[in-house]
This record gives sequence, structure tokens and C-alpha cells, in this order.
Amino acid sequence: MDAALLNALNEERFNRRAALLITDLASGAQRLVREADLAGGEDAAHLRQVLLSGKSRTETGDDGERFIEVHLPATKFVIIGAVHISQALAPMAMATGFDVTVIDPRTAFATPERFAGINLIADWPEDVLPDVGLDRWCAFAALTHDPKIDDNALAAALKAECFYVGALGSRKTHAKRLERLSGLGIDADMQARIHAPIGFDIGAQSPAEIAVSVLAEAVAALRGRESKREARG
Amino acid sequence: MNVSPAESGQNDILAIAQAWAGEGRKIALATVIETWGSAPRPVGSHLVIDSDGAFMGSVSGGCVEGAVVTEAIDVIGSGKPKVLEFGVADETAWEVGLSCGGRIRVFVEKVG
Repeated sequence: MDAALLNALNEERFNRRAALLITDLASGAQRLVREADLAGGEDAAHLRQVLLSGKSRTETGDDGERFIEVHLPATKFVIIGAVHISQALAPMAMATGFDVTVIDPRTAFATPERFAGINLIADWPEDVLPDVGLDRWCAFAALTHDPKIDDNALAAALKAECFYVGALGSRKTHAKRLERLSGLGIDADMQARIHAPIGFDIGAQSPAEIAVSVLAEAVAALRGRESKREARG
Repeated sequence: MNVSPAESGQNDILAIAQAWAGEGRKIALATVIETWGSAPRPVGSHLVIDSDGAFMGSVSGGCVEGAVVTEAIDVIGSGKPKVLEFGVADETAWEVGLSCGGRIRVFVEKVG
């Protein structure tokens, strides 16, 4: 591998951008394909699938054998609200491979006892989210039911293009939320990206079951398997 | 948050490769490109090797690293990449192999 190519690949990785390194196994010839380069072209759709799968692979085609090395940034899951659902969701998301952070300014909720082994921040989301670093490889769920805590964080998650943005609440609650988000400069397109009511409809009842439905929805969004959704409102 | 080589420590083999190359060391990179059966390390796992035989990372559970290092030093000399294949260890023949019963292919290339 050319040293400059290695540096370019690491540059993508250190900046949390997805990339592929494609190696022709016969000749050793290599090229770096950034996610942004996968806009068009006949191979692009296939490479995009491989990228989203997160799994490196060897494939044999007309041009011989090539190895596609997939580099995805570590995925984060930022959960607003140290609530009962979060107590189930946080460890499940960690087990799934997410780098999890739970944020809630209410110190009665955000206690180490309730969130043993979880990265927990007892502070206002708007104060700590810049450090947590929302980005495209981040899943986000607003679970407090409290607009004072959820709204600004939701707006930040949408602006940061988090790959999954979910918000707890009934359709009625969500309609009111969208009105407030409009006031925060979130347009209709961005609003339509919010998964609300949150989670796949699996008839979840308990907090843990709701956590399963939220986590499944987030994984589907990550892997590009999201079913087409009607605009919500 | 950005992951710098310093933060990611000993697990970020590509960062280590860049650092070693930056120090002027002659290095090779080995990558698991295919696995069958109960291979100990997944596809995409890396081992970085320098011309003195120092290495970081892994392509197996320690079963074939020695052989990969030897081949890597060869690749550093020739500049020509190689694809290596390792299967089940055959104790009677004293071959290098995977005791777990898996099979792996490893791509070895010079860096720089």
C-alpha cells in the first residue's frame, strides 16, 4: 500500500467518515473509495451495500479477485432521558455494539445506581452534546416526554444528520412537538426524518420490549433496510 | 469526537502502520481477506510487521503469526504482494496451521 493512500484512509477514519479500500488481489493495486464518492456509477450501488453491511469481503468478478475492506466509524447511540426504557435500551444497545451515552439533567433519574456500567451524563443535553459529538454515525432517541429536555437535543440530532432519530410520544404529542420544532428552524423534510411514535410496531408493552423495538428500528436504519415510510405528522 | 492514533492505542493497527512508516521503518501490512469455519479473527483483521520482525495486531489466535511475519519480511524486500492460505494444523507434518480447524487467507503487502 502506498504510504499516501494509508494516510488518506486514516484521515477518513480519524474524522469518522466511512470509506472502502479496494484491493486487486492479483496485482495489489488499490484505491480508496470515500462514502461521498458513491453517488453514481454501475459499481456504486453494490459498493454502497457492502459499505452499509459493515463487513469486509472478497469477491470474484470479470476483473479477477478483489478484496473490499469496509471502514465504518464506530456507531454511537445517544439517549436523552435516564428513564425506565433507557435502563433497558442502554445495555441492549451496548451489547449490539453501539457506543452508548445517556443524558438527563434530572439528577433523580440520572443516578449511577440506575445505570451501572453506562456512560451517563447528568446535565442538560444542549450543554454536553457538542462534546458527545452527534454525527451521521450516531443514533439518537429522545425519551423524556419533556420538551424542555428533548426539543433542543432533537433539533441538534436532525441538524447533525444522525442516521436514526426517534422520539417517544403519541401521534398527538408528536404533532405538538413538530410545531415547536418548526420554531427551532427544523423544516418539514427534517421533521419527516423523526421516527415517532418511536420503534417498530411489535406490540411492545414493557419498557424492555419498547427498547427492543427502538433498537431494531435503529439497526434497520443503520443497515439501510428501513422500509419506506409515509411522511409522519 | 475524532479518534486519534494516541487515543485508539494498540488496537488501531492502521494508525500504528502510519506511525511506523512515519518513523522511517520498512513495514508490511497483513490483512485477513477470507475465512472458513471457526477462524479466530474476522475478515479485515490486520497485522503490521516491520523489517526486524516486530509486529502488532493479529490475523489468528497466535497460530500463524510467526509464518506471516516471515513472509512479510520477504514482501518488504521484494515489494510484491502475496496471498497466503492457512488451514488446519497437521501435527505430523509440523506445518503451520490453525489448531481450531478453520481456514484463512491473508493478503500481505508492503507499505510505502
